[in-house]
Amino acid sequence: MSQAELTAGPAVRAPRRLWALGILRSELTTTFRRWRTVALLGVLAAVPVLIGIAVRIETGDGSEGGPGGGGGGPAFLSQVTNNGLFLVFAALSATLPVFLPMAVGVIAGDSVAGEASGGTLRYLLVAPAGRTRLLLAKYASVLVFCLVATLVVAVSALAAGALLFPVGEVTTISGTRIGFGEGLLRAGLIAVAVAVSLVGFAALGLFISTLTDSGIAAMAATVGVLITAQILDTMPQLDGIHPYLFPHYWLSFTDLLRDPVYWDEMVRNLGLQAVYAAVFGSAAWARFTTKDISV
Amino acid sequence: MTDTVAATAERETGPGPGTVIETRGLTKRYRGGQLAVDGLDLAVPAGSVFGFLGPNGSGKTTTIRMLMGLIAPTSGTAHVLGRPVPTAARTVLPQVGALIEGPALYGFLTGRANLVRFDSADPTADPRTRRARVESALDRVGLAGAAGKKAKAYSLGMKQRLGLAAALLQPRSLLVLDEPTNGLDPQGMREIRSLVRELAAEGTTVFLSSHLLDEIEQVCTHAAVMARGRLVVQGPVSALAAGARGRLTVTTPDPGEAARVLAAHGATGLVTDGDRVSAEAPPGEVELADLNAALVRGGVRVRAFGVERASLEDAFVALTGEGFDVTG
Ligand SMILES: Nc1ncnc2c1ncn2[C@@H]1O[C@H](COP(=O)(O)OP(=O)(O)OP(=O)(O)O)[C@@H](O)[C@H]1O
Ligand SMILES: [Mg+2]
Repeated sequence: MSQAELTAGPAVRAPRRLWALGILRSELTTTFRRWRTVALLGVLAAVPVLIGIAVRIETGDGSEGGPGGGGGGPAFLSQVTNNGLFLVFAALSATLPVFLPMAVGVIAGDSVAGEASGGTLRYLLVAPAGRTRLLLAKYASVLVFCLVATLVVAVSALAAGALLFPVGEVTTISGTRIGFGEGLLRAGLIAVAVAVSLVGFAALGLFISTLTDSGIAAMAATVGVLITAQILDTMPQLDGIHPYLFPHYWLSFTDLLRDPVYWDEMVRNLGLQAVYAAVFGSAAWARFTTKDISV
Repeated sequence: MTDTVAATAERETGPGPGTVIETRGLTKRYRGGQLAVDGLDLAVPAGSVFGFLGPNGSGKTTTIRMLMGLIAPTSGTAHVLGRPVPTAARTVLPQVGALIEGPALYGFLTGRANLVRFDSADPTADPRTRRARVESALDRVGLAGAAGKKAKAYSLGMKQRLGLAAALLQPRSLLVLDEPTNGLDPQGMREIRSLVRELAAEGTTVFLSSHLLDEIEQVCTHAAVMARGRLVVQGPVSALAAGARGRLTVTTPDPGEAARVLAAHGATGLVTDGDRVSAEAPPGEVELADLNAALVRGGVRVRAFGVERASLEDAFVALTGEGFDVTG
């Protein structure tokens, strides 16, 4: 009755129940085996080390790092000399506005468009990967990259901080003191909060990536959107739209260093990221599942 | 349940029995207005080695992209292995191996890792047999020795072979090969030809686009010719080549007399060129030996006498025109 029988076709195995796992693993190994990904992570790992060394040199010759020493630098910089753990907070504050999202923008922007321009996309689709399944795997692997990139910054900062400065009890923004263990826990939570902050932008990058067949164009456009949003967020005339810009609540993670923790802005950030992920995720899906793959 | 639905749909609109690829009025107009495929009615019989011919830009790759569900037709329908595409592409494609417009590889991965990547994209591929299947595919295309090399260091022909290996990762019912011998050395071309024959003998239908007509003539049982997005002709290769009739050629020092005798015996399209007289080969019922005897009886001194069989190339040129310029 069926053609498969007629043509003596081989029996097709039913897809495994965990139909997404195989391709997700493949996505992850393909992403993280790329020299470019490793280079991005290397740069991110170097930033905290450079900050730590700069602070060390700055304070090494002067007096024992007075509270006013930090001047106009990133938040927490002035406390680093007293407690190396603050290098984690300082490094995340320094990389979150630009370096981290830029790295995410490169990976997300290239995720679909890069495969399209290389032509490998057509072979994944005739494998057949399935467009929805492939897109989900790509988004998941970009999210994993967000987390890994954030952890790379945090861990590198922790290592550099512990090597260059004393570590110990943490003075919160509210002025109370918490133990080093509790401080470490907060640092871990902050890393997660920072990674979650990138979820919306990652979806935006994925969407842009489905719009073009050029990996470079998609990466440039994604990073361009990031910079534009950052600029808009600093213009007081545009107060009204600020709460809807994806980077607006990014620095809310510092509220985790209050005692008690102040959740309002972080919850708002979470909601905003979820909205961005839903809107641009759906847009990416709508675009990618109907797109002509003609490269 | 979905199967019954599909089966019902098949009975209503599906292809006739024994057809692996069937299109009806398949049309593609690209954004920008280019009409690349225009009302294509293609029928590829099961078990055939089907040559898909046509000049550059005639719509071969566009057709293949529609069959593989990569692009949506502007109008018309296509069935592959009895199922409509692109709707049922996910269920059909695991049984289809494809090479579309040349290979595309991850330059930063080894040849072997490339195959693993493409295989893991297929949810029906068993990860437990993946290693073995990858190795045997590499073996089959003669790449086992270079499998550990980064794909960016591959030569054109090696890339082409790796692309073929990706199409052979699983046993397939249908292989779609868009210019598979592109960039291969003569040795490689021969290997591909024998590979295609081997696969066909195993029962795989092979759909093969090419410009190399003698290649098609050597391996294909059936062929279709495209020109400017339209199907010009399709059928068994023998019938296509026979369609363009061969020419009878007589070499003689007495061309005038020879032409007279040939004309008297019903030969048409006479052309005299120096000591060569040629004519349309007479219809089958005229015995060529009698014709030769008549020439000799008429006092024509015959140096050479014979029918040049029309090649597929003659048929192709006759069907698609002599012009070299790409149209469209
Ligand atoms: N992505 C595209 N967008 C617009 N037009 C296209 C696109 N791809 C192909 N075309 C046009 O469609 C027509 C058919 O192209 P196609 O690639 O199908 O030809 P082909 O028969 O495979 O040619 P070749 O033998 O050179 O590979 C051509 O006129 C081409 O210019
Ligand atoms: Mg082509």
